[in-house]
Amino acid sequence: MSDEFFSARDIAMHFGGIRAVESVSFDVQRGEVFSIIGPNGAGKTTIFNMISRIYTPTAGTLNFDGQDITRIAPHRIARLGIARTFQNIELFTNATLLQNLLIGRHSHSTAPLLSQLAFLPSVRRAEVDHRKRAEEVIEFLDLQRYRDQLIANLPYGVRKVVELGRALCSQPKLLLLDEPSSGLNTEETEGMAFWIEDIKKDLSVTIIMVEHDMKLVAAVSDRVMALNQGRILAMGSSAEVQGHPDVVRAYIGGEPEAPRVESVAAA
Amino acid sequence: MSQLKTSYEQDLSLAGTRSNVVWYGLLLASLLLVPLAFSEFYVGEMSFVLIYSIAGVGLMLLTGYTGLVSLGHAAFLGIGAYANAILLSRGVPFVLSLPLAGLISAAAGVAIGIPTLRMSGLYLAIATLAFGSIVVLVGEKWHGLTGGFDGLPVPTPSILGIAVEEPTGIYYLALAVLVFVLFVAMNILRTPLGRALVAIRDSEISAQSMGINLAFYKTVSFAISAGLTGLAGALFGHYVRHLAPDSFGILLSIQLVTIVFIGGLGSLHGAIFGAVFVALLPQAIALVRDDLPFGIGQLPGLEPSLFGLILVLVIMFEPTGIHGRWLKLKRYFLAFPLHQRTSFRRQKSYAKSERLR
Ligand SMILES: Nc1ncnc2c1ncn2[C@@H]1O[C@H](COP(=O)(O)OP(=O)(O)OP(=O)(O)O)[C@@H](O)[C@H]1O
Ligand SMILES: [Mg+2]
Repeated sequence: MSDEFFSARDIAMHFGGIRAVESVSFDVQRGEVFSIIGPNGAGKTTIFNMISRIYTPTAGTLNFDGQDITRIAPHRIARLGIARTFQNIELFTNATLLQNLLIGRHSHSTAPLLSQLAFLPSVRRAEVDHRKRAEEVIEFLDLQRYRDQLIANLPYGVRKVVELGRALCSQPKLLLLDEPSSGLNTEETEGMAFWIEDIKKDLSVTIIMVEHDMKLVAAVSDRVMALNQGRILAMGSSAEVQGHPDVVRAYIGGEPEAPRVESVAAA
Repeated sequence: MSQLKTSYEQDLSLAGTRSNVVWYGLLLASLLLVPLAFSEFYVGEMSFVLIYSIAGVGLMLLTGYTGLVSLGHAAFLGIGAYANAILLSRGVPFVLSLPLAGLISAAAGVAIGIPTLRMSGLYLAIATLAFGSIVVLVGEKWHGLTGGFDGLPVPTPSILGIAVEEPTGIYYLALAVLVFVLFVAMNILRTPLGRALVAIRDSEISAQSMGINLAFYKTVSFAISAGLTGLAGALFGHYVRHLAPDSFGILLSIQLVTIVFIGGLGSLHGAIFGAVFVALLPQAIALVRDDLPFGIGQLPGLEPSLFGLILVLVIMFEPTGIHGRWLKLKRYFLAFPLHQRTSFRRQKSYAKSERLR
């Protein structure tokens, strides 16, 4: 048993014949930004899904904050202090921004059901407290003017930020960001880089980030891990990994997508 | 226009702004006066609207807020009606038999909620449909308990020794229960429980990642929805005064679903609007029946077909229901003459290109 903040030991994920992830091990130190890069289908999102317990690893163990989380129930992960965002944005689209952030507070609500049905004073106090926390996040991410809007009516770039905010509302110790810059334009991507820095420095949250934009990766990462076809290619500083011959080969060797050196404005 | 809010507490208050308090107060006051101003026939009709509203709020929590469709909700209405009537006829006082009817219905809700946990959409619709038919069948066959096809007379309830008579007594009773049910529903919606339901409706996968136990909250939603519908059922029993199993079949279930869809999914106002519409439509049809051309009024399946037609039209052209239409009108008049055409168009939303596999 290691006393690392987070560690994955020989984890594997097989879907029938597909070996999406195969004997991957890595540690993440408290307070660092650890990035995972790799071409499409490398298994990056699958690793996140194992950590948030949507998938149960075929083999290996996951440890977080001194606890084995390999087989814990998925809804318990948030309470332990792990929050995430999704590659394709999974917000509650028919609720307002504020409601979305308040749902992010769910792991901190302890009121028994009956006291909620009766809206006892203790529930009211807790609600005011949740609201204060949500407002702090709104201010932190500069979302004031969208507070009462339905997510369905917000532009894509804003939604990306809201999803980050919802994750922050749970006051996580570990934050998993799945392609935070995808779909953002250059300017928005720069904004995202600042926020990631702030989250790390001001809120001292540890971050694991999956990202294709190499400029963003280089700007915020302490360490980078490159993955291809479910296996680790290289691990080290951003420059080391980007220059690693195997990584270069994986990206240009007929793989669908090369690492983007510039941010690409997408839809 | 709405006033500016100055504290978080204000957002937690039930009615919201002061003008709302005044409006809802006036509405409640006029509802209290209905029996003084109208004939027994209309008081009866209004009781029916109130009872449907209670059931509508119950189903709205499940379908409108949790996103789980039930085509068997009439069964919970029936379970509530029979439980209340049977308890009453065995000497249980009404102040106990009514809440017990709700609890027994809620237990039935748990019984259907747990086995259907992993179902959604069409599969859930079919499972609940089957459940509804089974309950009717049990009601027909279990003669000893329900009286089967012979039906079951519903004793007149009494509270503190005072008989609650049809129609005025039942009217006030239904009004009180509706106020209670709305209070509970509004509390649900402003607490973590209600937000968990909305989260499950909109994205199960991220609800789970926010720490929401899907199995638990879906079951709770079924239980509360069934329980509230059971309360409506108990009152329904007193309204009709004689129960027969087949009155709680698929047709009633479809009426209940129509309430939430026509009213507008995800809105308590919608549940009430929908209930008014669905409860009064048969009366409206009866009024114009003889004046319709080509003998349309005499066609046998007119009423159910009309329900179906309206349901389809609403889903196609006004998916936000009566409530959504009302909000648009309100916005139009508030902004008049500055309205923009675009606010009347349906908002384009970004389709998710690819869900998590
Ligand atoms: N539930 C699943 N069932 C079957 N195969 C899956 C499942 N989830 C992922 N895979 C497969 O596992 C492999 C890795 O997928 P994953 O989503 O982790 O890639 P990724 O590195 O996140 O790629 P991208 O950059 O495109 O997001 C792919 O071949 C994918 O098709
Ligand atoms: Mg991915």
